[in-house]
Amino acid sequence: MSGDGRIASSDEVGRSLPAVRRLSRRHLPAVLAFLAVVLLWEGLTRVFRVESFILSKPSEILASFVETGGTIWAAGMRTLFEAAGGFVIGATLAVLTSLAAARWAGFREGVLPLAIALNATPIAALAPIFNNWFGLTNPFSKMGVVAVVVYFPVMINTTRGLIEVDPAEVELMRSIAATPAQVMRRVQVPNALPYFFASIKVAGALSLIAAIIAEYFGGPQDVLGQYIVNRAQLFQFPDAWAAILVASIIGVVFYLLILIAERTLMPWHVSLRTEE
Amino acid sequence: MTSAVEARGVGKVFGSGTDSVEALSDIDLSFSPGDFVSLIGPSGCGKSTLLRLIADLAQPSRGELIVNGKSPRQARLDRDYGMVFQAATLLDWRTVRKNVELPLEIMDFDAAARTARAEEMLALVQLERFADHFPWQLSGGMQQRVAIARALAFSPAILLMDEPFGALDEMTRELMQQEVLRIWEETAITVVFVTHSIPEAVFLSTRVLVMSPRPGTISEELVVDLPRRRDEDTREDPRYFKLVTEVREALRRREREHR
Repeated sequence: MSGDGRIASSDEVGRSLPAVRRLSRRHLPAVLAFLAVVLLWEGLTRVFRVESFILSKPSEILASFVETGGTIWAAGMRTLFEAAGGFVIGATLAVLTSLAAARWAGFREGVLPLAIALNATPIAALAPIFNNWFGLTNPFSKMGVVAVVVYFPVMINTTRGLIEVDPAEVELMRSIAATPAQVMRRVQVPNALPYFFASIKVAGALSLIAAIIAEYFGGPQDVLGQYIVNRAQLFQFPDAWAAILVASIIGVVFYLLILIAERTLMPWHVSLRTEE
Repeated sequence: MTSAVEARGVGKVFGSGTDSVEALSDIDLSFSPGDFVSLIGPSGCGKSTLLRLIADLAQPSRGELIVNGKSPRQARLDRDYGMVFQAATLLDWRTVRKNVELPLEIMDFDAAARTARAEEMLALVQLERFADHFPWQLSGGMQQRVAIARALAFSPAILLMDEPFGALDEMTRELMQQEVLRIWEETAITVVFVTHSIPEAVFLSTRVLVMSPRPGTISEELVVDLPRRRDEDTREDPRYFKLVTEVREALRRREREHR
């Protein structure tokens, strides 16, 4: 029968080495592409003698990264604190709103169009106003911007996931006389998980962007946004690039954490289906 | 003995005004407990609609339905019937076992009772080995067997099946028919089975109701007087062929009258 061939083997130990090899083979093209871009970047900036203030060489950026890494990482952690704090606040409020919107059609019909309209506004423009509300040095002025940026995409997508349920599944639940709360927990919430994770993957990246942009508008100096602004003003462009490198490393790690959470919470996910 | 399902003057109209469509008209019927009744007819004859009225998934426009001695709504709330849909409708995020346990969770069975009952049901449909698989790992026929196990998990008095094998290949289909007959014999359940396959209706049923469209009515009823225990030999029984021909002619007669 068709199920037989796909049962995971219990012989995990014997398979771990080939698994590592398979994994590295899968990621090899990405690693090679990354190295090629860096080499091309280094080569072209050398051949055409591009000035550092236009585009710093990867070797200069790496040197700055090694030299000032401690300061940059410390700034990065403060920025991450703002981003992660705002992300948690925004995503939590978004999920709560989505649950309410899925439960009460009237609420949904009133709030959802408004949310879609607000989602189209460039929310980072709120940063100076938030600085005014919470105070320039209060981390909440940055977290607030991040929370608003995260809130809308997560809320809109999660609500869709809660509502767009297979009508046959709803009918099945009705045939066994399930209560609305039981339908919510057993059908709507699991159905919404892929939508939710797709949205927080996007929102995770947005939260770092929003935090750094909010920092550009002023506040404590020991954060990534201010570090980049200050170094650029001092014509220390390799330092600014090194800070951008740290920001992107943090972004990638953030993304991977969400990916791990997704795979843990959704063991049935399509992407985990293997045909071994 | 009270009937398992009874209908008096049941009609169903979809829409209103000039756009309205009369899906069912003047349906009178009475199924006895233990009956295996097939509703057969061309598409649009309202056979699925009739099943949905019995299941309280839609409301009749006229007339009265009695399911297990009560209103369809009360019968649904009391879980007097289990339903198998055309698509297996298994929840992707649940293993086979958890899908079978779903109605038991809804009914607040404790974990031990759920596990025991799910084991029993998976044994009934011969899928014990696949208890911890996810639905996508199963073939279409196996998925539909899980759906049957789920529908029977809470021992309903009536099993409603809406073209359950329509999407399966002929070989699987015949195996599934054997399976359903075996379950019917073992559980003495009343089955209402919607199909558009004539051999399937005759092979499975004690009674076949032939329906005709525009508006949907029950045009003829045939009692299948084959022995209750049926197997592959039944498919070659001359009496079986004769009944298949009778059902086919009944369907044709209606077809001609509508032209």
